[in-house]
Amino acid sequence: MAPTGTSPGTSLGTPAERREGRLKVTGAARYAAEHPLPGRAHARPVPAAIARGRVTAVDASAALAVPGVLAVLTHDNAPRLADPEDATLAVLQDPHVPHRGWFVALVVAETLEAARAGAAAVRVEYAEEAHDVTLTADHPEAYEPEDANAGQPGVREHGHPASAFDSAEVRVDVAYEVPPLHNHPMEPHTSTAHWDRERDRLTVHTSSQGGTTVRDTLAALFGLPEDRITVVADHVGGGFGSKGTPRPDVVLATMASRHTGRPVTVALPRRFMPAVVGHRAPTLHRVRMGATADGRLTSLTHEVATYTSRVKEFVEQAAVPARVMYAAPHSRTAHRVVPLDVPTPSWMRAPGEAPGMYVLESAVDELATELGMDPVELRIRNEPDREPDTGKPFSSRHLVECLREGARRFGWARRDPRPGSRAEGPLLIGTGVAAATYPVQVAASTAEARALPDGSFVVRINATDIGTGARTVLAQVAADSLGVSLERVRTEVGSSDLPSAPLAGGSSGTASWGWAVHEACVRLAARLADHAGPPPGTGLSARADTAGQADAESSYARHAFGAHFAEAAVDTVTGEVRVRRMLGVFAAGRILNARTARSQFIGGMIMGLGMALTEGSTMDAAFGDFAESDLASYHVPVNADVPEIEAHWIEEADTHLNPMGSKGIGEIGIVGSAAAVGNAVHHATGVRFRRPPLTPDKVLSGLAG
Amino acid sequence: MGSDMHDSTSGGPSGGGGGAPRGAGAGPPPEHRSATTLRVNGKPHTLLVDHRRVLLDVLREDLDLTGSKKGCDHGQCGACTVLVDGRRMNSCLLLAVSLDGSEITTIEGLAGDGEELHPLQRAFLDRDAFQCGYCTPGQICSAAGAMSEAAAGHPSHVTDPALPSGRPVPLDRAEIRERLSGNLCRCGAYPRIVEAVRDAAGQDAAGRTEGVIR
Ligand code: FES
Ligand code: FES
Repeated sequence: MAPTGTSPGTSLGTPAERREGRLKVTGAARYAAEHPLPGRAHARPVPAAIARGRVTAVDASAALAVPGVLAVLTHDNAPRLADPEDATLAVLQDPHVPHRGWFVALVVAETLEAARAGAAAVRVEYAEEAHDVTLTADHPEAYEPEDANAGQPGVREHGHPASAFDSAEVRVDVAYEVPPLHNHPMEPHTSTAHWDRERDRLTVHTSSQGGTTVRDTLAALFGLPEDRITVVADHVGGGFGSKGTPRPDVVLATMASRHTGRPVTVALPRRFMPAVVGHRAPTLHRVRMGATADGRLTSLTHEVATYTSRVKEFVEQAAVPARVMYAAPHSRTAHRVVPLDVPTPSWMRAPGEAPGMYVLESAVDELATELGMDPVELRIRNEPDREPDTGKPFSSRHLVECLREGARRFGWARRDPRPGSRAEGPLLIGTGVAAATYPVQVAASTAEARALPDGSFVVRINATDIGTGARTVLAQVAADSLGVSLERVRTEVGSSDLPSAPLAGGSSGTASWGWAVHEACVRLAARLADHAGPPPGTGLSARADTAGQADAESSYARHAFGAHFAEAAVDTVTGEVRVRRMLGVFAAGRILNARTARSQFIGGMIMGLGMALTEGSTMDAAFGDFAESDLASYHVPVNADVPEIEAHWIEEADTHLNPMGSKGIGEIGIVGSAAAVGNAVHHATGVRFRRPPLTPDKVLSGLAG
Repeated sequence: MGSDMHDSTSGGPSGGGGGAPRGAGAGPPPEHRSATTLRVNGKPHTLLVDHRRVLLDVLREDLDLTGSKKGCDHGQCGACTVLVDGRRMNSCLLLAVSLDGSEITTIEGLAGDGEELHPLQRAFLDRDAFQCGYCTPGQICSAAGAMSEAAAGHPSHVTDPALPSGRPVPLDRAEIRERLSGNLCRCGAYPRIVEAVRDAAGQDAAGRTEGVIR
């Protein structure tokens, strides 16, 4: 590959190689547990063994007798915390057990083995109370939340959806169920904290999507000024939402270090994660669509029931995409939520959109079948000119182009629309399509750019590279804003000592950080223009803060769109579904780095494939625990599950976004991809499966009728 | 070459070293530790190993070789894959004390000394076969193991049963997908991992087993 960005002002859009790539392939990139610190100890939490109640006694004597155990922290002796904004962080503060897996003790030891033996030796007694972990749509405690996640209103209604549905020529009224799903980034949630008592300074290496928030949270919890805390998140082994805000590991590590005076690492065992790092809450859906005989929607209702924990309210906003996607004069989108004795749900890649679009796009496919219409054409027929819910104009919307381009590349025209029309021996083959959408989000950020006497530049910002290639793309933004070649720009990210920045989440990182980097570089370029000769010894620098600018309300509805196509083979003997190919076309503004963008799109599509075929968790009613708590039972896709996958994009020129003209790309890949697979399975078999994942047991019973 | 003596109960590579006593509470009683010699990336290390300690933790905690990752500690993810006497293994499942005398290769030693990357490392970079990078060392070590297995004629689930036994198995995409399915990648880099392994296997094969790649 030719070197990219070698001439000034041309690096955005090029497939520049990841700057930290060499460190990653040689094993030199260090993650949160991997910083050698003299005297570092390890701590292991003890999860609650009941689903609801309280701790009545903790006997730590046997644990303390284990050679190498340094301390056992419980609610009796752990450092007191200020009341956290996020109640899931109030660990070891009181005897209350809100759900199974909630941490009730922490064993600090010289070694991992001693910590594990110590944790096994802690004796905890409980007063158990009856629990309820079972979500039902008509649960007596269900209520309509004011807001769902991302500040989305709980309920929206336009016109008379019920009567319009009743009088529609063609109707679809279907119920779907999406199970709990787990993020499971490959690096478990891990933090190493060192509270230096002499200097009264706290240094934390943590696996987080946003170090500035971790610092601010620790400052508030432990009553330490922010300037005495450094949070480093240099390399982060994935997050997918579950590391968007601090999780208990960082609080526990800090407590343990403060208590023992030693650096302490808390790396959550994989099986502890489902209960404490957040998960995608299950959603029960009912969709009603009324349409004219020629396929125009007259009424669209998407109602969602979900749960939250008793610790805090989190409402998966799964009805929200129906407010964006299709023109329907009458509509209702509503959420109901039930507080249960379950682990606290949280963000998982495309919260709301991923389950919501799985269901909406499956239901659209059902409507197409009902109408006898091509599902691509049905979507195009219902394309709105303005955002249906708000009436705002779209800043750009190229869904139709994505559908057409995808159909062309996929060979959609050759498809025989009749379900079950293609067989190869015991296999039934089908193809499916689904649309995708994800909102444009952007937050204020600060950044600094500095010109050095040797002609190079440094961009400093507390962005986090969770695998997106943030270092690389921000260097590209800076190089173009400065009008210099890419090699002359270095980026420093991943430390709270750098200028503050928002998290890598909500597909907003690059837009938010890039905007601030751009502003800082534009200012620096102006200073350089005024300055005669090379920059002085310490260099010349400029800072930017995009508050009030990046986070200003837009008068436009801003979303990315896309289209997925999938081909699936269903084995009628074993019930196994194998996806043969997937193809996505996305319209997400300007693509800033073709190489890393493709990896993100494809990665999202694969997570959607998992959602369709293998991933599903079960809340066990009797134990109040997830039955699938590790990677042996919760099946994320493996290499052999993943077929030929292509991601393409349509370049959009949208001036209502940010200086780079980009929309976020981290999440849209998962949105709709599961529906495309499900629709392909329906096309293959003629059977509609409404409870993913489509595992062989369900498929076989479905095929048996 | 000299041998380093470490005490695996001392709390890390910088936690004392040389078996310096750390007080009565520092580790298990002596009868629960054994001197064990491992050759890691060509260098011998003799360690007083806690019998409970797995190879992965010896690498990460005692030798500061943190390139081998811990994704599950239970043999479910492959992030800890290293080569033990040339064969790929999940190092989180191997008690270190049972490996006395073994030759271990980790991601840090795969390319040997020097700046040159191993062809698999080069190919992973060229293909952007990773995002967060946490599964990557395991993927690369696993791919190295898989290439030797295929070259030695070990069949996989997808190998054509008609292929004469003992002959090198051609590493096509289906073979690579199958053989690397013990290494999870939540970032979903699989399609590019397959391409990277094809590139590296092609390079490797070009000089020796013509026609092995199809
Ligand atoms: S850490 Fe060894 S297989 Fe997961
Ligand atoms: S690159 Fe992130 S898990 Fe594979």
